[in-house]
Amino acid sequence: MITTPQITGYLSEHYAADANHTLAGYERAGGFKAVKKALKMKPADVADLVKESGLRGRGGAGFVAGLKWTFMPEKSDRMKVLVCNADESEPGSFKDRLIMERGPFAILEGILIAAWATGAEKTFIYVRGEYALPIERLRAAVDEMRAQGYLGTKLFGKKGFDHEIVVHSGAGAYICGEETGLLESLEGKKGQPRKKPPFPAQYGAFGLPTTVNNVETFAHVPYIVDRGVEWFRGFGTERSPGTTLFGVSGHVERPGLFELPLGTPLRELIEHAGGCRGGRAIKAVIPGGVSMPVLPPSDLDVGMADELLTERGTHLGTGGIMVMDETTCMVRAACVISYFFRDESCGQCTQCREGTGWINKICRRIEAGRGSDDDLALLDSVPAMMEGGTICAFADAAAWPIQGLMRHFRADFEAHVREQKCPFPESFEL
Amino acid sequence: MQPETRQKIEALFEQYPEKRGALLPAIYLVQAEQGWVSAEQAEALAELFDLKPIDVWEVLTFYNMFYTSPQGRHHVYVCTNLPCSLRGARGLLKQIEAHLGIRAGQTTEDGRVTLGHEECLGSCGTAPVLRVDGRYCENVDAQEARRLVDALE
Ligand SMILES: Cc1cc2nc3c(=O)[nH]c(=O)nc-3n(C[C@H](O)[C@H](O)[C@H](O)COP(=O)(O)O)c2cc1C
Ligand code: SF4
Ligand code: FES
Repeated sequence: MITTPQITGYLSEHYAADANHTLAGYERAGGFKAVKKALKMKPADVADLVKESGLRGRGGAGFVAGLKWTFMPEKSDRMKVLVCNADESEPGSFKDRLIMERGPFAILEGILIAAWATGAEKTFIYVRGEYALPIERLRAAVDEMRAQGYLGTKLFGKKGFDHEIVVHSGAGAYICGEETGLLESLEGKKGQPRKKPPFPAQYGAFGLPTTVNNVETFAHVPYIVDRGVEWFRGFGTERSPGTTLFGVSGHVERPGLFELPLGTPLRELIEHAGGCRGGRAIKAVIPGGVSMPVLPPSDLDVGMADELLTERGTHLGTGGIMVMDETTCMVRAACVISYFFRDESCGQCTQCREGTGWINKICRRIEAGRGSDDDLALLDSVPAMMEGGTICAFADAAAWPIQGLMRHFRADFEAHVREQKCPFPESFEL
Repeated sequence: MQPETRQKIEALFEQYPEKRGALLPAIYLVQAEQGWVSAEQAEALAELFDLKPIDVWEVLTFYNMFYTSPQGRHHVYVCTNLPCSLRGARGLLKQIEAHLGIRAGQTTEDGRVTLGHEECLGSCGTAPVLRVDGRYCENVDAQEARRLVDALE
């Protein structure tokens, strides 16, 4: 179990302390100062402050958090709600888990600040079902807060500021990380994403005005409110301020988490993780969870901020970096990735349901030494047909990694077809 | 459905703006009775939630963590997504298959272990990872995997 990142920052500074996941430990380290400060401000000013900080969502899409909060209707005769997206299932991503296990109160304090800013009275934290310890820690934290009077009515002595938090367990479905799939699941249904519009701020959980933010997004909020916009903007890039918990996995000597500013060069992150294992050369790096297109070694100088990665044809996603060494067969990687998307498509859109199955079948055929030139052509055309026009972005997420592999490692696929076998006997076992 | 299960479920209703929000937690509670959910239990749930049995059945079969057939006394799942595969997870799964004499997706004849593979468990920094009866076992090698499996009663 990872108990603390290999490099810590303001978010994870106290993760190594035994009591950081208890209310007393969190308050000793300065916890709940920020929410008290926020309560002295007007709700709209709190939203503005978070907007000005430039904090972007850490769930993958990178939307400016404070701006999203302003989409909530100011006046509403129905209850407004927040949803904390703790479904973390993007392969390569394992940061939200650590935040929930080691720093649950920063998430909860961030939620209270967002509740004040948006007028929400209730929060559902939707945690993926496999995360037994995070669920336990969050439930214990919520109970401690209620016992302390930090949940319920008239919080921190503020009349009219009432809030309740429910920790809700998912049940094993990647698509429930997509925010409207999550909302359907929270309502006790299959997690099939909704057509948008209407957006969650108008019609969200149980039809109520809703704002959905990622675990890490909420966890940054208390630090921003406490220390200010200028301080926060002292980390990261102009368009992507702050730190994030980068995950580095795969063929590195010391996989793990590293809290560093957005924009940190990819090469530096890999070096922090001990570099490529056994002194081998790097063949490919996926920068942000398996949904994001792969990068070749010539791109390792790129800064890990979305606007910089976009220039190289990929995205920051969740900041889950996967390193593959020179022995790795990219067709095998494509088999693993495409199997995942085939398995997790919710099946509502034809091009997603059929396309994910086709891609996996073709990749497996090529890997088995039975591929043809027609199959290569299909790997060009099928992902292109899946992009855009679906109910949710899952189909794009399934198409992008294949497009990335075909763009940078087409030679691997061609060699399989030419030799009618896998030319990488040293590669990881399939 | 046992009366205590029903009571626990009814206590959940007030947490949600609509009763149906409690359906997933309710399924977990029902499933805890015998390790899986039968058609009769699904019907009892439907009645309690004012739903049609098919509404409950659809939900049961959508999610990986709900079971609609009898399971082994213990669950062993091996994560086989990319970061784990890069660190040998699929070889590990094959060794466990050989050790137990079953394939992923099957249960040993004595009903002791159900073996399966799983998508990313959010533990890629400590790959390869197994989930044994809901508990994460990280940085597992072949020897440790055998020890974990043999320790199950
Ligand atoms: C297929 C798919 C899976 C997603 N999975 C997650 C997830 O596990 N956790 C998460 O926070 N966001 C996930 N997202 C993004 C959410 O839809 C949403 O943008 C996010 O929760 C908003 O929070 P943020 O603005 O704070 O990032 C996913 C999106 C898609 C399309
Ligand atoms: S794109 Fe795929 S996952 Fe998203 S709604 Fe359509 S079928 Fe479901
Ligand atoms: S790939 Fe196995 S835990 Fe992420």
